[in-house]
Amino acid sequence: MAATRGPSVKWFSRVLLAYSPAHILLSRRGLLTQAPTRKVFYIRHIKPVNLTLKNKKFIFLVGWLLSGLLHAAVLPEQRMDVLYHSYDGGGMEINGPAVLVRKNLKEKYTISGHHYIDKVNGASVDVMSYASPYVEERQESSVNLGFLKDKSLFSVGYLTSAESDYDANSVFFDVSQDFFGDLSTISLGFSRGWDEVGNSSDENFSKEVGRRNYRIGFSQILTPKTILNLGFENVNDEGFLNNPYRQVRYFSNTNFYEYQPEIYPETRTSQAYRLGVIHYLNYGASLQGSYRLFNDTWGIKAHTYEMQYQQRVGWWTYSGKLRFYQQNNANFFSDLFPYEDFSDYLARDKELSTFQSQVVGVGVSYRFKDFKPRGSDHMSINFFIDHLQFDYDDFRDATVTEDGSRIDAEDQPYYQFSANVARFFISLWY
Amino acid sequence: MRLFLLIFITIFQIGCNAQPWVKPYERDKLADPLMSTAPNPIDSGYLSHVYQSREASRGAEGTSGGGCGCN
Repeated sequence: MAATRGPSVKWFSRVLLAYSPAHILLSRRGLLTQAPTRKVFYIRHIKPVNLTLKNKKFIFLVGWLLSGLLHAAVLPEQRMDVLYHSYDGGGMEINGPAVLVRKNLKEKYTISGHHYIDKVNGASVDVMSYASPYVEERQESSVNLGFLKDKSLFSVGYLTSAESDYDANSVFFDVSQDFFGDLSTISLGFSRGWDEVGNSSDENFSKEVGRRNYRIGFSQILTPKTILNLGFENVNDEGFLNNPYRQVRYFSNTNFYEYQPEIYPETRTSQAYRLGVIHYLNYGASLQGSYRLFNDTWGIKAHTYEMQYQQRVGWWTYSGKLRFYQQNNANFFSDLFPYEDFSDYLARDKELSTFQSQVVGVGVSYRFKDFKPRGSDHMSINFFIDHLQFDYDDFRDATVTEDGSRIDAEDQPYYQFSANVARFFISLWY
Repeated sequence: MRLFLLIFITIFQIGCNAQPWVKPYERDKLADPLMSTAPNPIDSGYLSHVYQSREASRGAEGTSGGGCGCN
């Protein structure tokens, strides 16, 4: 009824900020999940108002004037997340904490960083065939600086990851630009990475990997409730791409099979294409679906299909998702080669085999209605759990033996495993 | 690749010949957190790493990661 009397100033301030194209575009790119200011956040809690045609025109006019003044003067939301993750399956337990912090400065700059720890205990079936479980820790950190200029967002960053036998460092640069009445966003990015591969059983072992990523993204508002996203990424690797511990097996007349180190090509180029659509449902829900096509110069082709549904009920948000993945093997993969040094390149990694996987995931988030730490705007607690199932078509379980003795490789079953991936995290907006 | 290019060019063609058809006052639903493809960056970054370590595919996920963590 308020609209028939003309919207109040308070109401107006909320609407205009929420209608800011920059806010919308940042939101849908995942840079904003809540509105950027305290005032705007409450936009979704405003009671529905029947706008008259006159009011609509007025809001449209003022909105555009304001958006012209503001340009994209809204930075990603300021937030902090503290997460604990747990992976359990396939002979491996991996868990640890992670933290992500983002802060804006002078309404023009944004800085963010994250730190992430993996504590690994166990070993996958590839390693268990000829080695023992191990305990290891991986730490990953990044820092990212962003600069907003009119409708363009520039960002540069540095990421480092360290394990006892593997160090990875990369720098990245991204720029995104809104156009076409802010219904469209195009983004371009480039990363350059340098990895150093070690071997825990040979301290003199040291190999290098160089990596270049080129990516382009395009986002288009199709309707007031639908957004289309397209993505493309090309990755070039060069260097030691093997895993120094993994081995391939070849046929043996005397002992069924023997092992030798795997040999990968020293270059790899891959392309990934992604198409995604997200649609708003009027009863406080959204549905999104995506498809990704992947191929590389090793002969691998893969398809990924994902669907996710989110439903808000009061201060709670529930989500469910399905993910299907299928890939064929690399052209130098074999579970059992006919003889030693069969070809120039040899691989028996299950990641390069033919397999499919399914993921079912559910999650719940609760945004505190009244409670919030001093200095913050609001906070939420979140719990998500995914169940993963992997089924391999040409990779056999070499750990299957008979009374501790090897058996014919063809008598070993194709490998399969399942895993549960749980995450609990607290998010704080300020 | 061809299909991707076709979609890309088609959208650009439409974009060059049309006027913005979704008005600012029609965009409140788009600003809803439910419409974010990655509402929790810390979680989506972690999951990308989980998948990348177990699949040959990589790229076009919208998140970045590093390291191996693949044994």
